[in-house]
Amino acid sequence: MGALFTKDTQAIFWNNNASAIQRMLDYDYVVNRAKPSVAAIVAPTSGNKFEKFFYGPDEIMVPIFRNTTEAAAAFPKADVLLNFASFRTAYDVTMEAITLKGQFKTVMVTAEGIPERLARKMNQAARDAGVVVIGPATVGGIAPGAFKIANVGGTIENIVNSKLHRAGSCGLVTRSGGLFNELSNIIAINADGIAEGVAIGGDRFVGSVFIDNLLRMESNPAVKYMVLLGEVGGTEEYKVIEAVKNGQIKKPIIAWCIGTIAKHFSSGVQFGHAGASANADSETAAAKNTAMAAAGIYVPASFNDLPRTIADVYTKLKAEGIVVDIEEPSLRTVPKVRRKKEFICTISDDRGDEATYAGYPISSVATPETGFGIGDVISLLWFKKRYPKWATDYLETVIKTVADHGPAVSGAHNAKVTARAGKDVISSLVTGLLTIGPRFGGAIDDAARYFKYANDHGMTPAQFIDYMKKEGKTISGIGHRIKSVRNPDLRVSGLKKYAAEFFPSTPLLDFALEVEKLTTSKKDNLILNVDGTIGILMVDMWRALGYSEEEIDGFIDAGALNAFFVVGRSIGFIGHILDEKRLGMPMYRHPTDDILYNVELADEI
Amino acid sequence: MAQRAIREYDGKAIFSKHWEKYFSGFRYGFKSVLVTNGDELRAKAQEHGFEWLKQEALVAKPDMLFGKRGKNDLVLFRTTKPGDVTLEEAARWIDEKIAHEITLLSGQKGTLTHFIVEPFTPHAQEQEYYISATTVGEDDVLYLSAEGGMEVEEGWEEKVNEVTISITMKDNEIEHLIRANVPEGIPAENKERFIAFAEQFYKFYRDLNFAYLEINPIVMIGNDMHILDLVARLDDTAGFMMGDAWCGAEFPTAFGMEDQSPEEKAIAEADSKSGASLKLTVLNPMGRIWTMVAGGGASVVYADTIADLAGNVSDLANYGEYSGGPTTGETKFYADTVLDLMTRHKDPKGRDKILIIGGAIANFTDVAKTFTGIIQSFETYAEKMKAVGARIYVRRGGPNYEKGLKDIKEAADRLGLYIEVYGPETHVTDIVRMALEK
Repeated sequence: MGALFTKDTQAIFWNNNASAIQRMLDYDYVVNRAKPSVAAIVAPTSGNKFEKFFYGPDEIMVPIFRNTTEAAAAFPKADVLLNFASFRTAYDVTMEAITLKGQFKTVMVTAEGIPERLARKMNQAARDAGVVVIGPATVGGIAPGAFKIANVGGTIENIVNSKLHRAGSCGLVTRSGGLFNELSNIIAINADGIAEGVAIGGDRFVGSVFIDNLLRMESNPAVKYMVLLGEVGGTEEYKVIEAVKNGQIKKPIIAWCIGTIAKHFSSGVQFGHAGASANADSETAAAKNTAMAAAGIYVPASFNDLPRTIADVYTKLKAEGIVVDIEEPSLRTVPKVRRKKEFICTISDDRGDEATYAGYPISSVATPETGFGIGDVISLLWFKKRYPKWATDYLETVIKTVADHGPAVSGAHNAKVTARAGKDVISSLVTGLLTIGPRFGGAIDDAARYFKYANDHGMTPAQFIDYMKKEGKTISGIGHRIKSVRNPDLRVSGLKKYAAEFFPSTPLLDFALEVEKLTTSKKDNLILNVDGTIGILMVDMWRALGYSEEEIDGFIDAGALNAFFVVGRSIGFIGHILDEKRLGMPMYRHPTDDILYNVELADEI
Repeated sequence: MAQRAIREYDGKAIFSKHWEKYFSGFRYGFKSVLVTNGDELRAKAQEHGFEWLKQEALVAKPDMLFGKRGKNDLVLFRTTKPGDVTLEEAARWIDEKIAHEITLLSGQKGTLTHFIVEPFTPHAQEQEYYISATTVGEDDVLYLSAEGGMEVEEGWEEKVNEVTISITMKDNEIEHLIRANVPEGIPAENKERFIAFAEQFYKFYRDLNFAYLEINPIVMIGNDMHILDLVARLDDTAGFMMGDAWCGAEFPTAFGMEDQSPEEKAIAEADSKSGASLKLTVLNPMGRIWTMVAGGGASVVYADTIADLAGNVSDLANYGEYSGGPTTGETKFYADTVLDLMTRHKDPKGRDKILIIGGAIANFTDVAKTFTGIIQSFETYAEKMKAVGARIYVRRGGPNYEKGLKDIKEAADRLGLYIEVYGPETHVTDIVRMALEK
């Protein structure tokens, strides 16, 4: 036990409640937290991968996940779940969180009106799992200067006025969320603010009750005394009285139960929370206030006298030296006007002395003695990682392998025709590049995609071939116009040899070679071709580098494989364009005798 | 609202709908009708399936959430001897009862409007048992007794066995516990039957999200179960999961509850249409102190403080709150309603009237925006407020509170109204002390 939250506490926020999250991050910035208090968001129906938030004057990206389990796996240290699901789903969300053993220490539930039986089950399951539930039906709690839940404390101005920006010496527990702010303010004015505060929630069945929170505060050395704001109805205050009587709680408690008015009305008038009605005389506010006072708890004569009682206890503790003066920390201020950024860049930065590639200054990667090659630069700028040498060598091998394939292929032909029409290098190059697609150069993506799909789904080579037949698709990466088993493609042989020697393992290539055995038994030229080999080995490379299957699928979907072809083949295209310029070849016109003309008079409609 | 009472008729309808699933081995006829007058009962008797209304002796009683109907002489089961009530007699009796306001032994007054009519079930006292279930603290408690009937409350300790069932208890543990706690007084030939029924009753109570369910008495004649009297409350927060499992049961207001005033009804209607919360209860229309407080918790501490500092509640005119970010228009409507009520009467003792515009430090409600609605209302009621000598005390904090306080002060000064304005540096309820001490 001890403090509920620290300055390192991070939460997963269930529901993309952007305004509440922004308030948390503003608070974090103001109180100089090192890391934002929200690690991730769970939003089952969102299509986005992240949401942008301000962090001081800048913006940061908070990742979004579809469910708590995934978010928790990505952020194993985030031990608070802020459950902002509706009353319909809040139970399921909490139960999922509880099953993630060892992940969450605290779950805060904001929904009001969760079915009572579900609330009871949820609270019991949490107790059994050692998880503290704050709520349901609460605004949450705060550990000033460290961690603030969602909307607690209101505006930044009020937070500073109520001294919620740094730890004081009071532990505050209320039922009402609406009066939590007010109590913080009263304690700030009459004492030195709070060290920790929790609004336990207004529903009939709440997870952590007064006594749970007060016992934790008793064991938290930062808390010197406690303020408890109870309510008419229920018997939770009697547990506190018991703990004071038997010495479990030794720190001074100042307490008041609201709802004393109720005694003046026999029935029919509902004061405050729906659950706040006394079922027995002992549950009235007056009876509880009397009983608490009798147990030695500081109980004011009325709510209006509460500030004076707090001031008295605080002054006494100060005189005794239990409470000491607090040095006010320096705060950062959040700019009044902030503009959302239209673009995001996560790969390079030109704002410092020297531009960087994924954090590496250009001069540290450019010259030969740095040991960085073009493969390293690609790994930095495309994948934001520094790859090992065997991998960057592979990337360079791919680029060199695909650099050119003669003047007759359609991309090179187009580039040459455009260059001969008198166009510049860029126009000619773009014409060639625009040819790259499903029929020209696009087989790398598809080979990787389909072979990986088959492999991921545990298909045998024969099942894979059947599957592609049923889908009505030829197998990308299989087949060559000229090359065959007896006349192998030496580019492929080279790639395979490199992989065998330097890759830690090549499971997808091994699978593809099994497929090739079957296809070549049908037809000699149905070999694994160079596009297929490149794509498949790229998957094996990423697997060996520790990427998840989802991340690799993401690379393929983003077109990263074709991008290698684009970079490599641009070298060849430019070569052909410069060749045309050098030769000064005239405008090209296709000979008419090479065209079949078959034109009929158009019908009138 | 969480636990809400339903009519006996609706409770029985829920039993009937789920009988096959929960009470296998037992039979229940569900011969009950709910009517509001004699003609309705006569018409019902002509419908197919309700021939028994003409063929059997009947029992009629009000179905309006109050108990002790026998003691209040509101159960018709005899004309000359028990079990001789005919359809026509029941219809006439109902019409007699709805003609006049009645007063219960408890003092509740009102007019009867709903009656449940059922066949008379001849049975012996020994065949009556008692069973009920509810939630106590964190657990469910099942109450079982071999003695049913309305006298069960007398001698509760000796007669009733309590079975405490925790929320995580498994079905086999529950069955074991019930078996171990079956009342001694159940005759041997009915013991197994009673145990089986009690287990099924508990699961029915649990799965259908009842908050309270009592049958007193339940009459067992062989495997025929007769639910003679039933009281039930549902946990209405579970409504979204239950769908038509609850047979469309309605939640009537308790018998004898005073009708709301038109103003209270208007606010309740505005509340139901708004995402914000608007509540108003008039405690004393002649009262001196009127409140317009933001927030549920704050409204309670203001009411508490007024009672504490005044020593009684005779001066407190109303209780209520607005919260959850009402629009300017909604706030104006709320303020109009309160100011209209406040300015209808002068204080009988000739004192000034006091208007408390209070609230804690708001989380995110824009104070200036809500105060705009109140200021607009001042414009309308300024002259009437002056006529009753209104003094206004304002205390509020939260977003934009400086502007809100400045605006309301300026408006009151311009309109010639007495006003004192305070922010979060003043204790939330201290304006009550200031107002009462002046």
